[in-house]
Amino acid sequence: MGFLEISNASKSYGLVEVLHNVDISVGEGEFLVLVGPSGCGKSTLLNMIAGLEDITSGEIRLKGNLMNGVHPSRRNIAMVFQSYALYPNMTVAKNITFGLEMHRVPKPERQAAMQEVAELLQIGELLDRKPAQLSGGQRQRVAMGRALVRKPDVFLFDEPLSNLDAKLRVDMRTEIKKLHQNLGTTIVYVTHDQIEAMTLSTRIAVMHEGFVQQLGTPKEIYDTPANLFVATFMGSPSMNLVPVTIGVDAAAVYAETSDSFGEIVRLAIQDADADLKSMSGKTVTMGIRPEALTDKDGVDHRSALIESCASAVGVTEPAGSDTFVTTTFGGAECVARMRADTDAAPGEVIEFAFNMEKAVFFDPASGIRIG
Amino acid sequence: MAMPVEGDFRTRLQVWLPKLVLSPSLAMALVFVYGFILFTFYLSFSDSRILPSFGWVGLENYLKLFRLRHWETAVTNMGVFALLYMVICTAVGLALAIFFDQKIRGEGVLRPIYLYPMALSFIVTGTAWKWMLDPGIGIENTMHALGWESFAFDWIKNREYAIYTVVLAAVWQTSGFVMAMFLAGLRGIDNEILKAAQIDGASNWNLYWRIIIPQLRPAFLSAFVILAHLAIKTYDLVIALTGGGPGRATELPATFMYSYTFTRNQMGIGAASATIMLMTIAAIMVPYLYSELRDRR
Amino acid sequence: MAALNQDSAIRTGSTAKVLIYLLLLLFAFFYLLPLFVMGVNSVKPLSEITGGNMMALPQVWTFEPWRQAWSEAQVGVQATGLKPYFWNSIKMVVPAVFISTILGALNGYVLTKWRFRGDTILFGLMLFACFIPFQIVLIPMARMLGLFGLAGTTWGLVLVHVVYGIGFTTLYYRNYYAAFPTELVRAAQIDGAGFFQIFWRIMLPSSGPITVVSVIWQFTNIWNDFLFGASFADFSSQPMTVALNNLVQSSTGVKEYNVHFAGAILAALPTLLVYIVAGRFFVRGLMAGSVKG
Repeated sequence: MGFLEISNASKSYGLVEVLHNVDISVGEGEFLVLVGPSGCGKSTLLNMIAGLEDITSGEIRLKGNLMNGVHPSRRNIAMVFQSYALYPNMTVAKNITFGLEMHRVPKPERQAAMQEVAELLQIGELLDRKPAQLSGGQRQRVAMGRALVRKPDVFLFDEPLSNLDAKLRVDMRTEIKKLHQNLGTTIVYVTHDQIEAMTLSTRIAVMHEGFVQQLGTPKEIYDTPANLFVATFMGSPSMNLVPVTIGVDAAAVYAETSDSFGEIVRLAIQDADADLKSMSGKTVTMGIRPEALTDKDGVDHRSALIESCASAVGVTEPAGSDTFVTTTFGGAECVARMRADTDAAPGEVIEFAFNMEKAVFFDPASGIRIG
Repeated sequence: MAMPVEGDFRTRLQVWLPKLVLSPSLAMALVFVYGFILFTFYLSFSDSRILPSFGWVGLENYLKLFRLRHWETAVTNMGVFALLYMVICTAVGLALAIFFDQKIRGEGVLRPIYLYPMALSFIVTGTAWKWMLDPGIGIENTMHALGWESFAFDWIKNREYAIYTVVLAAVWQTSGFVMAMFLAGLRGIDNEILKAAQIDGASNWNLYWRIIIPQLRPAFLSAFVILAHLAIKTYDLVIALTGGGPGRATELPATFMYSYTFTRNQMGIGAASATIMLMTIAAIMVPYLYSELRDRR
Repeated sequence: MAALNQDSAIRTGSTAKVLIYLLLLLFAFFYLLPLFVMGVNSVKPLSEITGGNMMALPQVWTFEPWRQAWSEAQVGVQATGLKPYFWNSIKMVVPAVFISTILGALNGYVLTKWRFRGDTILFGLMLFACFIPFQIVLIPMARMLGLFGLAGTTWGLVLVHVVYGIGFTTLYYRNYYAAFPTELVRAAQIDGAGFFQIFWRIMLPSSGPITVVSVIWQFTNIWNDFLFGASFADFSSQPMTVALNNLVQSSTGVKEYNVHFAGAILAALPTLLVYIVAGRFFVRGLMAGSVKG
């Protein structure tokens, strides 16, 4: 049994069910990220773990103890909010120790705990200030300090970085990751930013319309998305989706599509399983990440199967470290990730290379990955 | 915010505390407002005279009320007063707010001067204007003293015109407040829209008439609701300014109700008149509150 | 609503501006005139008013009318001046403002941060109470106060003003707390604070601006009330407004206009002072919605 066990949890407002039968087991020391677009139910789930919203049906257990109906303050959890939720009338020091005071921790111990946290987060010189006198990054640190000082079993983060500017967000991301590595605490973290989810987590739960779409390690989620939603939500630019027809002959399994001129292109598929073979003659959706679609110089030389074909370049978008080049396959717009100094120019016909090792296939009707 | 429904005692207490805290205020409103309204409503169908009595007389009080010349005067006065008061206050308030919107120097000095009357009691306002409008010692007397012998301004003693003096004093008291409401509305309009309209070549007149004033709809609505309910409740001002006179020339429903209930011992008729006042205000306030509260959800 | 001090993008021609200044000054004159007349004539001997010009400055300055209005003038049947009534008003206003503000703050807190099904309807019921014509409750209220032995007492008036003032104070605090971040309340809950601890430690310390609004509003309304004072008070509890009206309307003897004016200023002084001292905070507080957390 996991450290934090969410079993068959549902949430309804009146007749509307917003969260359906969620099952997630979080091990001690894990960093679980709940990611999804707004309205997917991720914050509701976090609030249910916190005890800020009740559980309509199902169970939430922490260290084996049933948490349903237990007041938030008695769950031994701490939470960092999107707006930081620092008490505006209290100094930083008071903000940090307020929770301990409410739990009747004696003053000397409170002070000691606060000093320890202040040192850890390097906010010692801010202790006498009010929240209004702090910068965004400083508020963020204080909010984390307030959570840390309680030494909770689980930390809950509700989109903690979304109010910061881009650079600070990246810095704080690294800082949170370090904190997790150093302290080994259990964290449940909500975000709508898939990069945050990928970089921070040990496991990700991708959520959509109240369902957990896929639960797995960042690599599993990225390489073998369970369905079209996960495939397109995770990764930027998002996964290319090309309609292809599956063919099976004596030698191999292949996918047929067309280039920008409508010419048939045949791409061999490696290690196709029975499910994919059974789709022979049918049209499916092939997913290929932009970095698996390059020019001939940019291919991954460790890949066992590279297929290439010519197609016309639509637009080129230099992004500094890479240049994104668009073309069409099977009538669908595709983005290829090429070296920054690629000489591909709009209108030109160039060779595109598919790293077919990384190709995944989806049933277009259900959206579920085949195999 | 929803809270867990089951669980330990503290959690359950936390669920009930908010409702417990709200209940005294709610109980007061139910008894002292809605209970009392029902009581008065019942009395309006009773044979109450000097004291409440519970003999049922049906619509008799209402029928009597509508046959009373006194009530007719009060209602007519109310119509004249409310219409003029609301129109003039709105016009003056809007005009002053627009003037203030032209980057006026000294706004910080002028604005408090326009607003202070609303801090005063209607009794004080009434007293001040009572003697200022008194032909014997007030403005008329001053003009005579200054040598304008033919000047006459005796409206407060004139049955035809006395009601307009009530309008004058009431406008003096509240128009500054209406100005502040419109000014807040004006200052809330996005300046970029105005700049865009100016680049489109709109004159100031067009700017106000076509772009700004239409955006002040909420301010107009609030002004209307506040002025209408103040007008219907006007009581102290008339008491202090004219005492309802000369004769009955400035009687309003509020003064009528008071005198019939407490000095003429016709409590049934007084209750009937109060019921009609309540209905009038409810006809304005209930839809307004309904739309305001529904939107906020 | 944006700040009252935002700069407008409108440009005005100079001729129009001169006209506007003239009109604004004319209105300033109109608004100031009654105050001027009251002030000037309260420091004149009566003969200068009846025999002379109301707008003129006094030839002989005297504070006798003020002294008379305060401690000697005939109010109703007794020659006590307005002094005892002034204290009646104070004894009524202070507790009424305090109680209605505290209750309003608690109600606003519940109605925004501890919402439940039907809370908006309950609020609507409480708010409507502010707008009813009070004539509708005069008869039963007189009876009720009699039943509880509160007729003619200051505490009776306090009760009345609290009952009919709560709607406004609740409205103010509800609107203010609606903009108060709910995440703060959640954070405090996780920190282990209960219902009242959150109110005292988190909400109230951030409620300064709206408390100023509520206190000014209630103070002005209750001090200026006439109807309830005239209906439910006796000599021992009559407020200033009722006493002033009795002073002015008393039909015996010569009309001492200068004393009336001095009395009117005395009755207006507390609210005027509050307005001068705290008026700015009133407007600012009404517009201050959110608290940065």
